[in-house]
Amino acid sequence: MAQSTNDLPLAEIRNYTMNFGPQHPAAHGVLRLVLEMDGEVIQKADPHIGLLHRATEKLAESKHFNHSIGYMDRLDYVSMMCNEHAYVLAIEKLLGIKPPERAQYIRVLFDEITRILNHLMWLGAHALDIGAMTVFLLCFKEREELMDVYEAVSGTRMHATYYRPGGVYRDLPQSMPKYQPSKWRSRKEVDRLNETRSGSMLDFIDAFAERFPVAIADYETLLTDNRIWKQRTVNIGVVPPERALQLGFSGPMLRGSGVVWDLRKKQPYEVYERMDFDIPVGTNGDCYDRYLVRIEELRQSTRIIRQCIEWLRKNPGPVMADDRKVRPPSREHMKGDMESLIHHFKFFTEGYDVPAGETYAAVEAPKGEFGIYLVSDGANKPYRLKCRAPGFAHLASLEEMVRGHMLADVVAVIGTQDIVFGEIDR
Amino acid sequence: MEQSTDQPAASGAAIEALARTIEERVSGVRRLPSLAQDLAYEAEPAQLLTVCRALRDTPELRFEMLMDVAGVDYLHYGREEWVTSAATRTGFSRGREASAPSDPGMPGRFAVVYQLLSITHNTRLRLRVTCPDTADPIVDSVVEVWASANWFEREAFDLFGIMFRGHPDLRRILTDYGFIGHPFRKDFPLIGNVETRYDPEKKRVVYEPVSIVPRVLAPKVIRHDNRYEPALKAPELPR
Repeated sequence: MAQSTNDLPLAEIRNYTMNFGPQHPAAHGVLRLVLEMDGEVIQKADPHIGLLHRATEKLAESKHFNHSIGYMDRLDYVSMMCNEHAYVLAIEKLLGIKPPERAQYIRVLFDEITRILNHLMWLGAHALDIGAMTVFLLCFKEREELMDVYEAVSGTRMHATYYRPGGVYRDLPQSMPKYQPSKWRSRKEVDRLNETRSGSMLDFIDAFAERFPVAIADYETLLTDNRIWKQRTVNIGVVPPERALQLGFSGPMLRGSGVVWDLRKKQPYEVYERMDFDIPVGTNGDCYDRYLVRIEELRQSTRIIRQCIEWLRKNPGPVMADDRKVRPPSREHMKGDMESLIHHFKFFTEGYDVPAGETYAAVEAPKGEFGIYLVSDGANKPYRLKCRAPGFAHLASLEEMVRGHMLADVVAVIGTQDIVFGEIDR
Repeated sequence: MEQSTDQPAASGAAIEALARTIEERVSGVRRLPSLAQDLAYEAEPAQLLTVCRALRDTPELRFEMLMDVAGVDYLHYGREEWVTSAATRTGFSRGREASAPSDPGMPGRFAVVYQLLSITHNTRLRLRVTCPDTADPIVDSVVEVWASANWFEREAFDLFGIMFRGHPDLRRILTDYGFIGHPFRKDFPLIGNVETRYDPEKKRVVYEPVSIVPRVLAPKVIRHDNRYEPALKAPELPR
């Protein structure tokens, strides 16, 4: 006897739990995401973080103030110098010193170079996650040049340790390292590669700023009107502005939701108030708007870089405050003068004391507001250091942003948040 | 596009005006000494939620964003590891002094510090609340006032063991699954308590007590620098 469909037992459909990461390439590092799914739809998302926790803040409590500058690079390891910047600003605030003007311009220049570095990394990785491979390769081509700038100025390609309380470690170099002909590189190719490297570092950055807008236009032709790109990002992960404020968003995440807020304009530090640039804001607060905001920030950063280059060319001067408490004596003095030798020894073994007090210093890092809350009890080491990482607040809202979306959209939302675990886990 | 460059409210007069507004409109707060460009308040633990709501909802204040929550352990505040004040007479000692252990139950040891930001008025405020009971540190959770407090409070709980009354999901966040202790407390050793290795006989990863000895490589030194004395607003500093 044939059964009517009404007699069949209901299929037992239950939500199932899925582990996303920590080794998933689209998890941007060591994110373990426990997803509760109803078919393809996310019901619940619980990010487990801390797999990269190195207790940077506790380590800093056991080291002199200057020793922790290098640790700051390792927090958000794609926007190194911006982290250093917040840290040295906090120390400078407690010490009550200001770096010389040239150092401030150099800091702004490198903050913007860092912003481009970060956004290129973000754009490449985000596009790769969503399926556009070419953008990744193009972004890394430009990124390489800026890495060379990092190397030329500080000696390392990533973890620069270039900013110091009272200024920067040294002035910009007068020449750039050049490629040498070898078995694998002909003289002709080397000449082409060295074309922009013949002058000073400022000439090299200037040449980069000259042609970078063309590169941005290339990225845009690949993505902005791309049908697949739009299908994957438009109306995905929408955050209304009131909610963005509640969730503690900052940077492009906040501006993508239409809130006009940029610390470089609103609470300018260093010489940002002299710079001429615009703040892009989105209207819908979805992944696509945040993409547009970051692309426009690339252009604005290039504008700031050009203004800095112009000023730096005309105005030579010291790059370190003339405060003997925070700067070591010159090598020349140290070699010939007993007191300077003692000073040098004490400076590097005991460090300097920072007056007791508490402060909070924040910079507009590429990902948002990177802040340092510093408590000093008058010693040569921080008493308590707390890094306010923008990504931490963004990732906390992941569940809200992906609930009701499909599994594939999780990747788009993680990408749009510009997650880097160095700063989230600290 | 943003055209105007708003001046920050960092100037002294604006800060004082803001301080007057807070003292008029918000009860249960006490001003803390701070740098000239900062503004800091200490909230009464019992009134924390009322204070936070007032700070967020009063039209003249409107601190709509909570940027950060940090736990602080004041156990070793102001204690040096290498005494230098007598060095002129006695010379420097070879190593750091073994200082008497602080009382872990000292009152007012744990505090929670909130960094508030007002987008409307472009002002910042630091709010501190001290846990009334050191043995069982607990304060009210501000998650219902600012949603961003959720993870920040979980972090303070994980690292300092400060509990938050009314938090929806107070789990550990940064430390390992099954971790014991609160690592950012000042009496928790920097090298930790356990180390881990793969045991080929048991064929699994095992936890063992740490084998390395804690050392202080950079002793903490406090030198009294007269230059900074006038900069301090009050002789009594926050602990």
